[in-house]
Amino acid sequence: MNWTGRRLPRTEDPALLRGEGAFTADLAAGARAVRFLRSPFAAGRILSITAPDLPPGALLVTGADLEGVGTIRPELFRFNYRAIAQPVLPRERVHFVGQPVAAVVAATPEEAEDIAEAILLEIEPEEPVVTIDDALRPGAPILHAEAPGNTVVDGTIRHPDCQAAFARADRIVEFSLRSGRQNATPMEARAGLAAYDRATGRIRLTASCQMPHMLRTGIATLLGMAEADLQVVAPDVGGGFGQKMALFPEYPLLVWLARRHRGSFCWIEDRNENLIASAHSREQRHHLRAAFAADGTLLGLEADILANTGAFSCYPTTCGVEPLMALAEYPGPYRLPTYAARARALATHTCPAAPYRGVSRPVVTFGLERLMDRAAAALGIDPVELRRRNLVTEFPHVTPTGLTLDQASYVEALDRAAEAADIPGFRARQAAARRDGRYLGLGLAVFNERTGYGTPAFAARGMGIVPGYEVVDIAMTPAGDVEVRIGASPHGQGLRTTLAQLAADRLGLDPSRIRVIHGDTDRTPYGWGSFASRGAVIAGGATQLAADKLATRLRRAAARLLQAEPEAVTLRDGAAWAGEASIPLTEIARRVHQRSEQLSDLDGFNLAETAQYDPGGTFSNACHVAEVEVDAETGHVRVLRFLVVEDAGRLLNPLIADGQVHGGVAQGIANALLEEVLYAADGNPLTGSLADYLPPSAAEIPLIEIIHMETESPETLTGAKGLGEGGAIGAPAAIANAISDALAPFGVDIAELPATPARIRALIRNAR
Amino acid sequence: MSKTPIRLTVNGLPHEVAVEPRRTLADALRDDCGLTGTHLGCEHGVCGACTVLLDGEAVRACLHFAVQADSRAIRTVEGLAAPDGTLNPLQRAFWENHGLQCGFCTPGFLMLATWMLEQPGPVDEARLRHVLSSNLCRCTGYQNILTAVRAAAQELGKWAETAPA
Ligand code: FES
Ligand code: FES
Repeated sequence: MNWTGRRLPRTEDPALLRGEGAFTADLAAGARAVRFLRSPFAAGRILSITAPDLPPGALLVTGADLEGVGTIRPELFRFNYRAIAQPVLPRERVHFVGQPVAAVVAATPEEAEDIAEAILLEIEPEEPVVTIDDALRPGAPILHAEAPGNTVVDGTIRHPDCQAAFARADRIVEFSLRSGRQNATPMEARAGLAAYDRATGRIRLTASCQMPHMLRTGIATLLGMAEADLQVVAPDVGGGFGQKMALFPEYPLLVWLARRHRGSFCWIEDRNENLIASAHSREQRHHLRAAFAADGTLLGLEADILANTGAFSCYPTTCGVEPLMALAEYPGPYRLPTYAARARALATHTCPAAPYRGVSRPVVTFGLERLMDRAAAALGIDPVELRRRNLVTEFPHVTPTGLTLDQASYVEALDRAAEAADIPGFRARQAAARRDGRYLGLGLAVFNERTGYGTPAFAARGMGIVPGYEVVDIAMTPAGDVEVRIGASPHGQGLRTTLAQLAADRLGLDPSRIRVIHGDTDRTPYGWGSFASRGAVIAGGATQLAADKLATRLRRAAARLLQAEPEAVTLRDGAAWAGEASIPLTEIARRVHQRSEQLSDLDGFNLAETAQYDPGGTFSNACHVAEVEVDAETGHVRVLRFLVVEDAGRLLNPLIADGQVHGGVAQGIANALLEEVLYAADGNPLTGSLADYLPPSAAEIPLIEIIHMETESPETLTGAKGLGEGGAIGAPAAIANAISDALAPFGVDIAELPATPARIRALIRNAR
Repeated sequence: MSKTPIRLTVNGLPHEVAVEPRRTLADALRDDCGLTGTHLGCEHGVCGACTVLLDGEAVRACLHFAVQADSRAIRTVEGLAAPDGTLNPLQRAFWENHGLQCGFCTPGFLMLATWMLEQPGPVDEARLRHVLSSNLCRCTGYQNILTAVRAAAQELGKWAETAPA
């Protein structure tokens, strides 16, 4: 029976469907409530924090109380990175609206809020730096003395022959683009519960996080406590999308409280806090210049990349993650002979940036795919044909930034998408609609997605903390069930199901006998988490390796018991078989553990194995097609059709894979049309509720059609490539191209996202 | 702050609790009744994660005060499955169609869809999308939620085919 590849419904679901899931806030009964007092100013000097008479049992904690607690200061050893430090609670200055300045503890959240409101926080405001232009202005206030010019990262890649390519070009296409700031907006905001265990002196931090092991190390280091005395648990986590990777100051503070006051302390973030003070992403500006030959061949590319990464540098990835990913991955799936680029991270008095699904690739793809459409128009070449001429077709291919593209289907996916989109039919409908004064547009986005990359890829970035590998411990219990303990920590991706499918096939066992255990530093081996589209590839590969080792042990034991050669033993249907003879795995497990006199000379006394996996990485690829209608009067965009041709290698569970694509595309559409974090000139956030920051509802997201191609990766053990981020990467570009196509009669070019109705109206007005 | 005694009937069972007047129905359900299946995604009436049925109407539990629900009947996600845990047809459809990922929004969608399917008359595609657009989900892109509710409506004989738009 092949379990891998089946659309198996998830083992995660029944409890969640009964309302019996355990999210952090569901576990908080009995804990004292923590409320953070947050800075109302973007920049300023703290003069005083005065509390009214606190009711009995209530506490106020300020930076002055945190003697000996370290700062959050991630490292990057390349690209002129300036290490900047974030205090858990500041003593001297505030750096963004929403920064935690003090913590109030009371018996209930209501009481804590009442006390927080009565606290007098005296801050002398200073001139804030809010935008990219503010940060770059000569003479601008400097956020961190360590980072002159507010430049925290300044990376360049410059090929010597780039200028020559431009001198040779028949056509140079040049433009700027801008991506608005976004918030990943998981439906469950952040939450933490730190509980002191009096019997052992240990602390258990339950937190809505993506990287429990990393969080544990980070907090133990900050607080100078024994890591062994801290357990971090990620229970059910209500989405993360990158936002919950970071070590935020709120979590060490909770652990500090639990240690100091020997009790349980809980912080449940509200939506306003999450919108203004968790992590933002993708406020970027790119300037692109590309050289083309008359036949459409791309000869060279120059890029200047600026990212507003906010007040501090997120731990562990650092604020370099956005600009440096853009720097390294701008060539995308195209053959690019020569490249010159500079990428900077700029500090401002705004909420710090952290990775969000796709990190910089949605912006890079927006830039690259607008470039292809603009170049096609300038050269008079069909946009599909122009892409086809430039896409990489021979693998492995080394990009000008040194990345190796493994076997993929760039041209094939483009052709499949173009065919399924019926472009000639669309053009006829578009022409007919235009005669009625309606504006339809079709846009394509081709891209590749670097996924499942391990240690070498992260080490190449010069990161002080290098994530990458995953470790899996597998064991068969004496009763014959299998426990798979993983260091990764999924939160909606269904790894409990997918990994059980993989292990089931290797062990000849029904997945219902397999338990995947994750999200608890006491019960799982050290590992990283679920991010960067890596779960199926890396945790999957490690699971497969571990299961194979266990299978070998089972076969050896079975061979002894069945008096056969180990090579002749196969595992299926819950038993080991040698010809017609068989023995149930439950019986083997029992004998190994409880009748060890029969078997222990073979492999010892248990059925436990460990495996590690650390692949170099692979690239999945896709082509997105969007069809839109733009109302030229109101500027409103309706997405009529969305098509995805996705190649993520071998699909371990297509039901789950499709769900990842749907969710990613919905976020991408929202990033293209709806969502933007806005700040006033004084650094006050204007989008503090879900009435201002606009995640899409079912009314805005069309049916998403998916066509799968399965180019198996030679670079990964399972043949799978990651696909968690792809939906979000391609959709903004496809929508931007579709709107530009729809409004071609006005000469409108979308160079700024989100393309809100107001922006589209302004573009049409100015074009007229 | 002084507390008011109230009586909530939740999933058929009486709960006598004392609440501050400002306590929301959502907090009363979660903290006073111990029913944490009702989730809070925004506490300002936008996301619908807190949707429950109050005397048969789908409401945002974060926008109601607990005292407003005094002596009234409330249904929450915990009341959907059979006492032995067997999923009802709507829950089963979510499971089979992968209508959830992280599962945080799921109780709200289940209660919203429960309400819709209990209204007289059949549901068609336009109504389905219109009603389900009341709630937010960040993970699924809605497609499989729509598929799941459509499947449940079909199984329950509540679906009306309409010509595709
Ligand atoms: S929590 Fe009630 S609507 Fe969001
Ligand atoms: S399943 Fe995660 S928010 Fe809906």
